[in-house]
Amino acid sequence: MSIVTLRVNGAVHEVDIDESMPLLYVLRNDLGLQGPRFGCGLSQCGSCTVIVDGIALRSCILTASQVRGEITTLEGLSEDGQLDLLQQAWIDEQVPQCGYCQNGQIMTAKALLGRNPNPTDAEIREGMEGVLCRCMTYYRIQAAIKRAASGMAAVEQGSDAEADSLTTSASVAAIAPEAIE
Amino acid sequence: MSAALRLPKSLEDALLAVNTSTSRRSFLKSSGALVLSCSVSAVPGGRVLAQAAGEGLYPDPDHLQLDTWIVIHPDNTATFFVGKTDGGQGTGTAFRQMMCDELDIAYAKTSLIMGSTDTTPDQGGSGGSDAIERDGWPMRRVAAEARRVLFKLASEHLQIPVEELAVRNATISAKTDTAKSVTYAELVGGQRFEITLTGNNINATRGVADVKPVNELRVVGQPIERYDIPAKVDGSLTWAVDVKLPGMVHARNVRPPIAGATLQSFDESSVADMPGFVRIVSRGNYLAVVCEREEQAINAARQFRVDWAPPPEAPFPASDKLFDYMRSVTPTSSRETDSRGDPDSALATADLVIETDYEVPFQGHTAIGPAHALADPSGGQMTIYSNDMKSYGLRNGVANFLDLPREQVRVVYMDGPQVYGRTAADDVGFEAAFLASELGRPVRLQWMRDEETAWDTKGPAYTFKLRGGLDADGKIVALDYDARALDYNHLGYNDPDTVLIAQLMGIRPDSPAEGNAATPSNKYAIPNRRMTARVVRLPMVWETPLRTGNLRDPNGPQVTFAFESFIDELAAVAKADPVEFRLDMLARSAEDDLFRRARSLATVRAAADAYGWVSRPSPNLHVAASVGPILSGRGIAYTYRNGTIVATIAEVEVNRETGRVWVKRLVCAHDCGLVINPVGLRQTIECAMLHGLSRALWEEVRFDTEKVTSIDWVSYPSLRHSDTPESIEVVLVNGDPRPERSDLPPYGAGEGSHKPMIASVANAIHDATGVWLRRPPFTPQRVLEGMNAST
Repeated sequence: MSIVTLRVNGAVHEVDIDESMPLLYVLRNDLGLQGPRFGCGLSQCGSCTVIVDGIALRSCILTASQVRGEITTLEGLSEDGQLDLLQQAWIDEQVPQCGYCQNGQIMTAKALLGRNPNPTDAEIREGMEGVLCRCMTYYRIQAAIKRAASGMAAVEQGSDAEADSLTTSASVAAIAPEAIE
Repeated sequence: MSAALRLPKSLEDALLAVNTSTSRRSFLKSSGALVLSCSVSAVPGGRVLAQAAGEGLYPDPDHLQLDTWIVIHPDNTATFFVGKTDGGQGTGTAFRQMMCDELDIAYAKTSLIMGSTDTTPDQGGSGGSDAIERDGWPMRRVAAEARRVLFKLASEHLQIPVEELAVRNATISAKTDTAKSVTYAELVGGQRFEITLTGNNINATRGVADVKPVNELRVVGQPIERYDIPAKVDGSLTWAVDVKLPGMVHARNVRPPIAGATLQSFDESSVADMPGFVRIVSRGNYLAVVCEREEQAINAARQFRVDWAPPPEAPFPASDKLFDYMRSVTPTSSRETDSRGDPDSALATADLVIETDYEVPFQGHTAIGPAHALADPSGGQMTIYSNDMKSYGLRNGVANFLDLPREQVRVVYMDGPQVYGRTAADDVGFEAAFLASELGRPVRLQWMRDEETAWDTKGPAYTFKLRGGLDADGKIVALDYDARALDYNHLGYNDPDTVLIAQLMGIRPDSPAEGNAATPSNKYAIPNRRMTARVVRLPMVWETPLRTGNLRDPNGPQVTFAFESFIDELAAVAKADPVEFRLDMLARSAEDDLFRRARSLATVRAAADAYGWVSRPSPNLHVAASVGPILSGRGIAYTYRNGTIVATIAEVEVNRETGRVWVKRLVCAHDCGLVINPVGLRQTIECAMLHGLSRALWEEVRFDTEKVTSIDWVSYPSLRHSDTPESIEVVLVNGDPRPERSDLPPYGAGEGSHKPMIASVANAIHDATGVWLRRPPFTPQRVLEGMNAST
């Protein structure tokens, strides 16, 4: 056992752990975070993905003591209660079914857009290839990534109108419940 | 509530809503209506409070009390309590919509609690895609009854006859003077309805009021966002996998390395000194390691030295010999369904006869999150936190298994990974409860990836032999269908004598389940036919990882593949266009009622129209003669499932150099009657299609003669981002050919579009290449083998 310092979602944590412990279990069981989930423990599915210094990594095989950088989990994407554009795109496109894998989908997409803000369809497929979904929400995930990328571009250009006018590509638009009486 | 006890957000919300100064419970106390025992169960919110405090037993919520289903809060909002679960298809949102419509309350003012056995009436949880079709009806009727009672109370309160009152968003007012009004909350907020319902089973539950005609529904039919999605994308939702309790320990199973192996001995000293070691639990061939922390349990289970004796005979043939084995053994049962005419004579005199074999391997649930449950034995009771889609069955089964009174067992239903039938969520719930009862501490158990992929229940493998005869006009005059399903000892849900832990402990029912083999549901005009379905068995039927159980439309994808692919083979021989070939047989069918036939014709036509289908026979010889590696083709399949009608068209690109199949475009025409939420419906249809595509292209359980060898995402591949079609179009045909009908019923949508996908893809590959692939998955290797064999 040894004291390991982890920087997670803007906070610093010191945890007394076995150095060989995968980061996943520290995040989930010591720090109470629920975004990253156990899916395979083999780095094959992506459900446990976190972002470390902008790079999407699989926390199920990453030893906690190896991590020096700033860790972001799904909980850390939103700021001051404001959802990340990707998270909002996930709602707008009504992406999840069960939702178990969506942590990995969103975190991998976040890192993808971080290094390539305007990916082509082929780049989205390639960048997301290793993240599995057994409900098969892939089509909507890809639509949501495109939506978020367009939204980012619109924000960049100061054009809120364009961001607002995006229409969903995967479906007829869902409406917020307040619209119904 | 203790901070450590992390309940579902929806449950917490309900608690907070009830736990106000004018709460239902305090009202009941002050009015003297609270009588400990059964009447408490009629107050769902009150029950939650009682249980959270760890007091009392868990009697069944009485479905014949209106208060069990609907609570009106003092702030003029409502909570609905239903005995269903939602595996991610948005049924919870749809239930709210249906109940809002009948109750006349805005959707945003309501919440819904699902599937926790002590809180919601027993509607059985999920299964069969009948949530809307069947279980929505009692929900609508009880909400209509609540509305009727509220009108009666309003009439007394306002001194205005009921027929002179109107309601808008939970406020009732005089039609002629809206100033004379009263809210639902003012009438019953924080109080009981005290209305007894009737109905000799839960599906028949009703009050006096009738539901509204379809044309008066306003919330039904709206594309409302699913309420559960925001918390699933911002990380705030507490799932079954996240629950933590004080004193909780972690367990991992240790499975026999060979199917049917017997536990000889184990060396506790191999793990006893490991950090956090708590205990080994062993009974029969069931074995688990318990540690303080999760990663400790994982490590200990890996290092644990156990001596197993292999079974005297091989438990099953290897997967590459499976179909030969299935064809050679004597069936355990055979039955003929839907036979008519004289198929033997008709085949003997037909102008042209073809005979074809098809094969479908075992395929698995292989949930993205391995099975898990947390069981808490505090206070001599048993609470199981689980995503099992049949939470009520889990409760009953565990009570039986542990010999506990039902009233001492409850299941708190929470979100989890996908549940498309009888998954290992059943098994793990029993295991966690057993371990918790042994340790006297809360035990959290999760299966590992190899365990999940090897040991979860499988959809049955099938072999088929089909013979079909055409007359001189190219019409089918005879068809002989003979199917064999490897489905003997098919598992039920939450059976205390067939769940895996029971099998490993040597607990058995009197006899294995007979299992099932299915015949096609399509009603084509085929005058002479024989449909035979046989069940076969493996040498070993207990303690085997090749256990069959319901997997999304349990026999549909297999049967529809063979049948609808064979229809295309006959169409190709007849040189007929596959769409026209089907339309002709549907139009001539005298067996369907007009309703079903008209909907079938409309659905097949809608798919063809949306696709832009050009009439021609398959294969597309023009494509096969083209240069370059990519061959394009299209394939249609039609199916019927419990009232729902589906036609899917796949457009494929086959790379003849690599064998890679890409389904570039999918079109689905879908008729499931009344649509409750078109956004949720479209998403469910899309994802069910892609799940079918995954089974068509990638999924196959592999095994040697000792064990399953497909144990992770490399050895058991699944659909990936790169397989995703470029476009998916869903056409909701839903409607009734008789437009005056105001009671159009809803049918299920969770499985219909899953069913025809293997057939659509096989037919499209044939259209592109001229090659029939008669055994999924259509992996690059199998495509290349098929193409090489044909040249």
